[in-house]
Amino acid sequence: MGDRLTASTMLQNEGKELTKEEKQRLRKEKKQHKKNKKDDKGPPEKEKEKEKASVPAPSKPATQSPAHKAAPAPVHASESAAAAEKPAKSKAELRAERRARQDSERTSKQGKKEGGQQSASSKPKATPNELQPVVKRLPEHVQVDDPAALKKLAKKLERQQVPLRSDYGYKVSLFSHLHQYSRKSPPTLQISIPATVIHPSIVRLGLQYSQGIIAGSNARSVALLHTFKQVIQDYSTPPNEELSRDLVNKLSPYISFLSQCRPLSASMGNAIKYIKKEISNIPSQCKEEEAKGKLQACIDSYINEKIILASEAISKYAIEKISDGDVILVYGCSSLVNHILCKAFEKQRKFRVIVVDSRPRLEGREALRRLVKKGIRCTYVLISALSYILPEVSKVFLGAHALLANGYVMSRVGTSQIALVAKAYNVPVLVCCETYKFCERVQTDSFVSNELDDPDDLIVTRNGKSHLENWQTVKSLGLLNLVYDVTPPDFVDLVITDLGMIPCTSVPVVLRVKNVDQ
Amino acid sequence: SIRGDPDVASAVAAIRSLLEFLRRDQSETILGLRENMTQAIRRLEETDSSVAVSSGGELFLRFISLTSLEHPDLSQCKNVMIERGELFLKKISLSRGKVGKLCHTFIKDGAKILTHSSSRVVLKVLENAAADNKRFTVYVTESQPDSAGKRMAQKLRKLNIPVMVVLDAAVGYIMEKVDLVIVGAEGVVESGGVINKIGTYQMAVCSKAHNKPFYVVAESFKFVRLYPLNQQDVPDRFKYTADILKTVKDLNQEHPMIDYTPPSLITLLFTDLGVLTPSAVSDELIKLYL
Repeated sequence: MGDRLTASTMLQNEGKELTKEEKQRLRKEKKQHKKNKKDDKGPPEKEKEKEKASVPAPSKPATQSPAHKAAPAPVHASESAAAAEKPAKSKAELRAERRARQDSERTSKQGKKEGGQQSASSKPKATPNELQPVVKRLPEHVQVDDPAALKKLAKKLERQQVPLRSDYGYKVSLFSHLHQYSRKSPPTLQISIPATVIHPSIVRLGLQYSQGIIAGSNARSVALLHTFKQVIQDYSTPPNEELSRDLVNKLSPYISFLSQCRPLSASMGNAIKYIKKEISNIPSQCKEEEAKGKLQACIDSYINEKIILASEAISKYAIEKISDGDVILVYGCSSLVNHILCKAFEKQRKFRVIVVDSRPRLEGREALRRLVKKGIRCTYVLISALSYILPEVSKVFLGAHALLANGYVMSRVGTSQIALVAKAYNVPVLVCCETYKFCERVQTDSFVSNELDDPDDLIVTRNGKSHLENWQTVKSLGLLNLVYDVTPPDFVDLVITDLGMIPCTSVPVVLRVKNVDQ
Repeated sequence: SIRGDPDVASAVAAIRSLLEFLRRDQSETILGLRENMTQAIRRLEETDSSVAVSSGGELFLRFISLTSLEHPDLSQCKNVMIERGELFLKKISLSRGKVGKLCHTFIKDGAKILTHSSSRVVLKVLENAAADNKRFTVYVTESQPDSAGKRMAQKLRKLNIPVMVVLDAAVGYIMEKVDLVIVGAEGVVESGGVINKIGTYQMAVCSKAHNKPFYVVAESFKFVRLYPLNQQDVPDRFKYTADILKTVKDLNQEHPMIDYTPPSLITLLFTDLGVLTPSAVSDELIKLYL
């Protein structure tokens, strides 16, 4: 145990990437250590990247089947699969199971490259009592109050040489299972310069995310994809490695780092899934330059199709719904909704806009600036004046961060309030969302999976006095700065996507059609 | 000739004439053929501005082109299209019977049914139920301005079904007596709502308030790719009859002939594709149109 720690810390201090042999040695030591440890952790599974844990099973075989002698290095190393919600089985039963499986794994690994077989055999054995062959685990970022999950995360980040960001401040008990970071301590402080493990443009991107310089799901996804293009450009395949497998493994620490800076959004998750699939589909005989060019072209076409052209299609449908004399209410700053309104104004539709805004982000001001620049007549209110202003409104246009599989809309906090009050006044609510933001997650409330922003943002200075400045000293006081909330489909009348206008309940149909296409 | 046969739905007659048009069409290319067909559909819509004609026409066009038209010879392609067109026509002629068979089981013995205006599909359903030796009474609304409800009452009397005609204003009054409400539809929209004769929305709101089931019976060719958000979002070309659209200047003075019933008020839809909930309509539409 001590031996392993010194080895890894020594390497980390040098800031060099662990070589293959050292990784294998670490892995063996870990396995030895685990065999001696008596705990009833669930059966070992391959370590999945954090964002993949919230992604359904179909993506797993795609990335796990290209198992290679070198690729198992980071993958097998972490067999500490501790899902907190595993059903309780007897300790002896588990231990025997695990030992038998480890023996078989070791022989098969040392013998041939049978990683694929191993993945197939480990997964069904993982749930002997459950009917489905795949177990969905809770993603790490909603298990912050579980010390076992935190330890697992710390180990994983240490192995990937990504700095661990510590939580800040007192968390409201209902949300204690989520991370809460402070903007004043970015994760980049702990990285030595020059950082050789994490690509510098990723470091820059992470900083931009954590400081809120890049915000909004489309902006974040596009920035991520451009950065990945840069990474692919600078990548060179090490000898005896294949690009399709090695590049995917190179991306994992980057993704962990980015999610430490700011939890990944659903759109970013889908983009990453797409890139990984494209990378692993590169044929092995492809030359490096050709492969890199192909990947960059894929990324470009993804951005073009799913974001830019999609917003054109959505504007076309949405403009049909805007008639002359309309009073349209928008909330916050959604790039898509702003684009629709600008396009409608260009098409000579006569309407006026009411922009609703809320603290602490005050994103509505940015939307207001863009619309007024175009020449659209706007009114600006805070969300507390909503029920006052709604009798004047004829339609509500909302953007979405993600559309969940049960028809719920996940969007900026305050959206569900707007939808609720609009329903009470019988005002139609239209949600505009591209299909790449459709997510196979299911959520019925805003507590389970959310994001907590810096609580210090809620401190406001007025007349030279900031009352909440010393909120940390008051033991019974917690500041809650939620980022997202979830709107049920009963409040949404229409969803406009690039595939057309659909009711909120038809989201699973679109997901099904999309999966068939792929 | 479209109004000639009272038993045939206007959409079916429209499709029949489209098929005939296809047979006689002289264009040289498939694109030209499609353009001519679209023009023909538009002309038909001008004469009879019902939702069903427009949806039926569009579905017909899609159905016949949904096959591989890779033959080098145009006449061969045309024959394929004509074959598919005849198949389509046969399917929709049978659809009313299918709907009737599905729905009549929902009518229990001793039921009191409320219906609105005159619908041939509802008539078929009630016919099937009567043939099944079920006893039930029917209340029909008068359905002004064309008193279509009275015609429906006459047809039902011929089938020996006890029927009573009520005023349109008496829907709220009669709702507590009835057990279920069955109406037809001129068009079924993407949200799962229906477009039907004016007065249907009122009936739906009343039945919701009294917790009575509100059933809609419609054939599948009436599914249309519209998504109205409220009453005023329904396009004008459906609200008024074709002659009024052509002659009158200020449409605000005219009274609309149809209204839109949102899906939240509808319990079930009976179609030849099966018994659907309003949210399933969108799935079916995606399958039909995509």
